[in-house]
Amino acid sequence: MKRLELIATLTAVLLVAAALPARAQGKPNVMTTTEDLASIAREIGGDRIAVDSIARGYQDPHFVEAKPSFILKLQRADLLVVVGRELEIGWLPPLIQQSRNARIQPGANGYLDASLQATILEIPQGQVTRAMGDVHPQGNPHYWLDPVNGKIIAQAIAGKLSQLRPNDKSYFDQRVTDFTNRLNEAEKRWLATIAPYKGLKVVTYHRSFPNFTERFGLDVIGYVEPRPGIPPSPSHTLELIQEMKRQNVKIILVEPYFDLKTPNAIGRGTGARVVVLAPSVGGTKDVPDYFKLFEYDINLIVAAIRETGAK
Amino acid sequence: METSRLPRMLLMAGALLAWPVVASAGQAEQAAGFGQQIGAESQALAAQAIRQEIERMRQDFVARLAALEARLALIDRGQATPAPAPSAAPPTAEVPPGAAGAGGPSGALPVYGNVSAASKIFNPDVAVIGNFLGAAGRNAVNPAPALQMPESELSLQAIVDPYARADFFLAFGEEGVDLEEGFITFPTLPGGLLAKVGKIRAAFGKVNTLHRHVIPWTDRPLVTGNLVGGEEGVADAGVSVARLIPNPWIFLEATGQIFRGDSGDIFASSRRSDLSYTGHMRGYHDLTESTNLDFGASFSRGHNASGVVDGEDAGRFTTDLVGVDATLRWRPLRRSIYHSFVGRSEIVWSRREQPDGRQDARGFYLSGDYQLGRRWFTGVRFDRSDRAEDASAHDTGQSITLTYWPSEFSQLRGQFRRTDYAEGVTANELLFQLQFNIGAHGAHPF
Repeated sequence: MKRLELIATLTAVLLVAAALPARAQGKPNVMTTTEDLASIAREIGGDRIAVDSIARGYQDPHFVEAKPSFILKLQRADLLVVVGRELEIGWLPPLIQQSRNARIQPGANGYLDASLQATILEIPQGQVTRAMGDVHPQGNPHYWLDPVNGKIIAQAIAGKLSQLRPNDKSYFDQRVTDFTNRLNEAEKRWLATIAPYKGLKVVTYHRSFPNFTERFGLDVIGYVEPRPGIPPSPSHTLELIQEMKRQNVKIILVEPYFDLKTPNAIGRGTGARVVVLAPSVGGTKDVPDYFKLFEYDINLIVAAIRETGAK
Repeated sequence: METSRLPRMLLMAGALLAWPVVASAGQAEQAAGFGQQIGAESQALAAQAIRQEIERMRQDFVARLAALEARLALIDRGQATPAPAPSAAPPTAEVPPGAAGAGGPSGALPVYGNVSAASKIFNPDVAVIGNFLGAAGRNAVNPAPALQMPESELSLQAIVDPYARADFFLAFGEEGVDLEEGFITFPTLPGGLLAKVGKIRAAFGKVNTLHRHVIPWTDRPLVTGNLVGGEEGVADAGVSVARLIPNPWIFLEATGQIFRGDSGDIFASSRRSDLSYTGHMRGYHDLTESTNLDFGASFSRGHNASGVVDGEDAGRFTTDLVGVDATLRWRPLRRSIYHSFVGRSEIVWSRREQPDGRQDARGFYLSGDYQLGRRWFTGVRFDRSDRAEDASAHDTGQSITLTYWPSEFSQLRGQFRRTDYAEGVTANELLFQLQFNIGAHGAHPF
């Protein structure tokens, strides 16, 4: 009986007696689900906000583990920026629910779905079933790989930050203008670099790059995965090799978190080059921010094209 | 009895105090939001600040908008235009002739039950998980049928209102339907509290909280069957409150739960005051980016049925459970979909009062599961447990499992299990399991 009393009282004291921690109006804590959103938020918020992200750029964003340490980060957040389009459906809902943070619950002021204004591709028309694999009914969630969407995301983040800190609105507005201008400049440069290879046929592992290939004029003719989220099968791989030979495809784009065995085998079968792209900021050490993301990927692709003499 | 009343009252008082605060705060927020919405209509395109409100209003239509943008992009590139999306106008039905003249409705009537009806937006997320089991070999002590569909789980989950969400898990077994869990969660109470009310699986250890389809075996460990209430486990109607304990080192969460006191074959309540209690403390720490340690201590107490004579609880006997658990996980982030390891152990001590005296029993399991590739998992488990009603009798077991995932939504598992029962009987069995999941994409368990 004594032991019960002790344990029960201790639990009750811990639960009830702990006082509400007072929150000072310091830098707003911005949490993002991916490093891409974190990088854009950093561009807009500068030194007036603190930014951290959950997923690393080199891990598959569909399969992040809902670690309790992320709950602690979300508990302190004033703003949560998510990719949306069900990219995070497997791990974010339980984290938000356990965060005990009313500010970042879906629908609350501190919850921002960055996809709402962005251009989303591959929204399924007609009936959707899982026979198609792990399809996203709300469209392809890898939309940040288009600098035009980057500008739209930046606008949305700036709007939210100005709502959180109205006194800093002009600061955020100025930074979003600056970011947009720099991105416009860079985009012209990138488009010029890749322009000679417009319409080049490529194959990608997962459907991670539709926004990227559309913006920079590449033509995706097939995927290493037979269906989204379904690992490669021998028969599909053989068909893909035949198709790549027929269309003379010399480039295979792969995300860093996929096994290279099948892509390499396809490369040997077709003479194509396997290029491990960074699908996100932080995908490799050479991609520390949103600008470097495109620079790195475009340089890799152009170098591979030159080496293979692809047409 | 006296000793347990104080903490119970404290908990209930805390919950009652917390409720009006969160409710009123939310109402004010809602009222403010409504005012902004009217403002947005009048000066729609004017200021940056209003953009957020427009964004919210367009949320329902944003999928269609994006589709149009995508099509526009295609047209810009000179490609063929895909077939236009079907008209969004709500379907209507003709008013039956004569009805209009007889004081009935006139004009077109809306058709209810249409697929695109806006009211369906609020339907909960629905998913069904089928669980098919097969068994071969001989087991004289605890025989399972050759083929069975022991449990299909129907889950219904949705947000209730700005303050709460609800989760229902209905288990369709061969003998009927059972509410496995059904509770409302208040995730944003003041003071960092997370409260659940309803039928809940008690936060005793790890395996007791897990639904059948997420455990890495076809069965539950021996210690669950012998000491922690069997397949149903400790699950009861009650209230759960959990709070994070702030500290600079690790994730620490304390959970306190009060139940009616009826839980399978472990707790039985014969009076209203025969409540059962569960307390749980969970710690978690990231050792590295890919390795982490999850550990916990649990306590559970309630009345048992051994003192009941002719429907009267003459003995007033209780059962105490104490448990510790530890989980070590490894998953390299760059290859997280290909390789992982989970090592887990739980030790449970049971103190059961019964007519022939007190029984102090204990049991444990130790398991390791390794992911060989994207679709293949293998694991081992060692079991040993005394029996709650006779601590001198103990069972031991060993299992090897091999699991294949055709996709994220189905899995096929084989398990070889050898059990040495206290009766002196040894059972060697081959167990098969096929699980399949349709409907909403649920969160992956951690």
